[in-house]
Amino acid sequence: MPRSTLTRDLLFAVGGLVLLVVLPLVFPEKAFSDFVIRLSAFAIYATSLNLLIGYGGMVSFGHGLFYGLGAYSFALLMQKMGTSIPLAFALTILVNGAVAAVIGAICIRLKEIYFSFLTLAFQMLLHSLIIAWTAVTGGDQGLTGGVPRPPFLGIRLDEPRHLYLFCCAVLVISLFLMRHLVQSPFGYTLRMIRDNPRRAEFLGIPVWRVRLLAFVAAGIFGGVGGMLISLFVSSAYPDFAYWTVSGEGVFMILLGGMKVFLGPLVGAAILLVLNDTVTRLTEHYSLVLGIVILVFALGLRSGLLGLVADLWTKRAARSRRIAQTPAQARTERH
Amino acid sequence: MDLQALLSCLSSASCVVTQTTGGLISGMLLFLVAAGLSLIFGTLKVTNFMHGSLYMLGAYFAYTLYNLTGSYTVAVIGAAIGVGVFALIFERLFMSRVYSADVLMQLLVCYGFILILDDAVKIIWGAEFLSMGMPAAFQRPPIIVAGGVLPVFYLFLIGVTLLVAVALAYVITKTRIGKIVRAAAINPTMTSALGINTALVFGGVFALGGLLAGLAGALAVPVRSLVSGMGFSILIESFIVTVIGGMGSVGGALVGALLIGLVRSFGTIGFPLFTEGLMFLFMTAVLIVKPSGLFGKDR
Repeated sequence: MPRSTLTRDLLFAVGGLVLLVVLPLVFPEKAFSDFVIRLSAFAIYATSLNLLIGYGGMVSFGHGLFYGLGAYSFALLMQKMGTSIPLAFALTILVNGAVAAVIGAICIRLKEIYFSFLTLAFQMLLHSLIIAWTAVTGGDQGLTGGVPRPPFLGIRLDEPRHLYLFCCAVLVISLFLMRHLVQSPFGYTLRMIRDNPRRAEFLGIPVWRVRLLAFVAAGIFGGVGGMLISLFVSSAYPDFAYWTVSGEGVFMILLGGMKVFLGPLVGAAILLVLNDTVTRLTEHYSLVLGIVILVFALGLRSGLLGLVADLWTKRAARSRRIAQTPAQARTERH
Repeated sequence: MDLQALLSCLSSASCVVTQTTGGLISGMLLFLVAAGLSLIFGTLKVTNFMHGSLYMLGAYFAYTLYNLTGSYTVAVIGAAIGVGVFALIFERLFMSRVYSADVLMQLLVCYGFILILDDAVKIIWGAEFLSMGMPAAFQRPPIIVAGGVLPVFYLFLIGVTLLVAVALAYVITKTRIGKIVRAAAINPTMTSALGINTALVFGGVFALGGLLAGLAGALAVPVRSLVSGMGFSILIESFIVTVIGGMGSVGGALVGALLIGLVRSFGTIGFPLFTEGLMFLFMTAVLIVKPSGLFGKDR
């Protein structure tokens, strides 16, 4: 990655962090900081999924597995083992990475819809395990007893202000790392595999290994999102591992646009606002969400940020955009 | 894990009979859903991710029709046809628009529909569990086989499903319609150049798949309780069945569904926590040994 790009991204990250630190001075309400904390969890999760879908062309429909796994491993480590927060973070990353490596090794050989369904099937396996294994997970009631938040390095997460800053920092660092990943030679290899796996293979690229690494990276960051949410709600619920989380992740990416790095972040924000507004107005959230999804899927395909980016392309440098969606788009059947 | 319970069940004939019949009817219901899914995939190369919702609709349609008319026969036939028509409308108005798009769009359209249908069911029928009970015609004492219980309805369900399986296999392999469907599956462009309306074929196959799912839902009503969202677990299981049996193969779907039904019913005794896990182990093993499924054609 060219040095100037790295500097720019770094400036971007620092700027974003400063903005997030300053914003509560303008919006001191608790509702605002709660929103940002939830957004940080969802944004990391959605961006990690976009590593697979947008950059890798691997349409995972079971990414919620890693969100749920991250939430449960972190909460269980804190609650039952009494580990410190940094250690629990590190161990959860290890667990998620290992599980992603095993599931990825089974799934990534499969094409398109098989891949989508098999990842989904594994997620439902985790979900049913959580429901059935009541002794450890608390079953469908979720983990009871709360997640302790012992202080570390002078950071006291039981204080709302500290929790807010911590989540913002994790958000910015995670996004920066993922950005760095997709701008690296590895990221460009991944895009090449997405666009033409056979060509990549002929060029001697270990396609399988690159895909697996992307899957593991996505699994780890998906877990980071789950950790933040379990830290926030001080528990973990089977709903975190339910298939709708995967659906929502895919939809966030579609809402914001998968061709722009920050698209999933914007999509996560939109979906959260939509969620909060609709649940305040009606109990039929799924009905409204379903209709919105249909409108987007059949109409606005490149997402909101994608739309803006398309208008912007004439001016923006080419390197900022990712190439068109893969040639995997099927040929017309009729 | 409770291997002792499993062993003691296996050594008693009555327990084996009860678990086997239970596993057989789950397998039969699963077969009907999986056969439709597999048929649609085999012909249209599209996975109907909302197939489970069609099963749910079939169950609710049958529930209402039975309460209105009091006849289970009318309920089953009406529900199957109703869901078939619904599937046709869905295919023509929504799904056919994303055939040329990538898998992501197809998944999203179906995801949207699952959400809408689940909520619509809640609005129309309520969010509580509903159960219809056994129709009057089947309220008779069960047949006792070697001390195990075999309800009459189970026999009816197994009979109907086997009949459907045979009819389906016959239509696809022996008739002119089946030939057209297979031709359209292999080369839609050439088929349509020969003067066959492939849009009609695709719509028809989708409707048939929907009809089978609706039939499964209607047959499940007396033995299952109804709730919004009930279609999702059967979707996952029928996908596992099609992976095991091979996509596009009716015989494979039957074998796969029966295996999964039996694994489930005996698994709940031996491995109560890991019943789903058993199915996955099974599926993973098949995928590693024969990626195209037990009865799938190697590509």
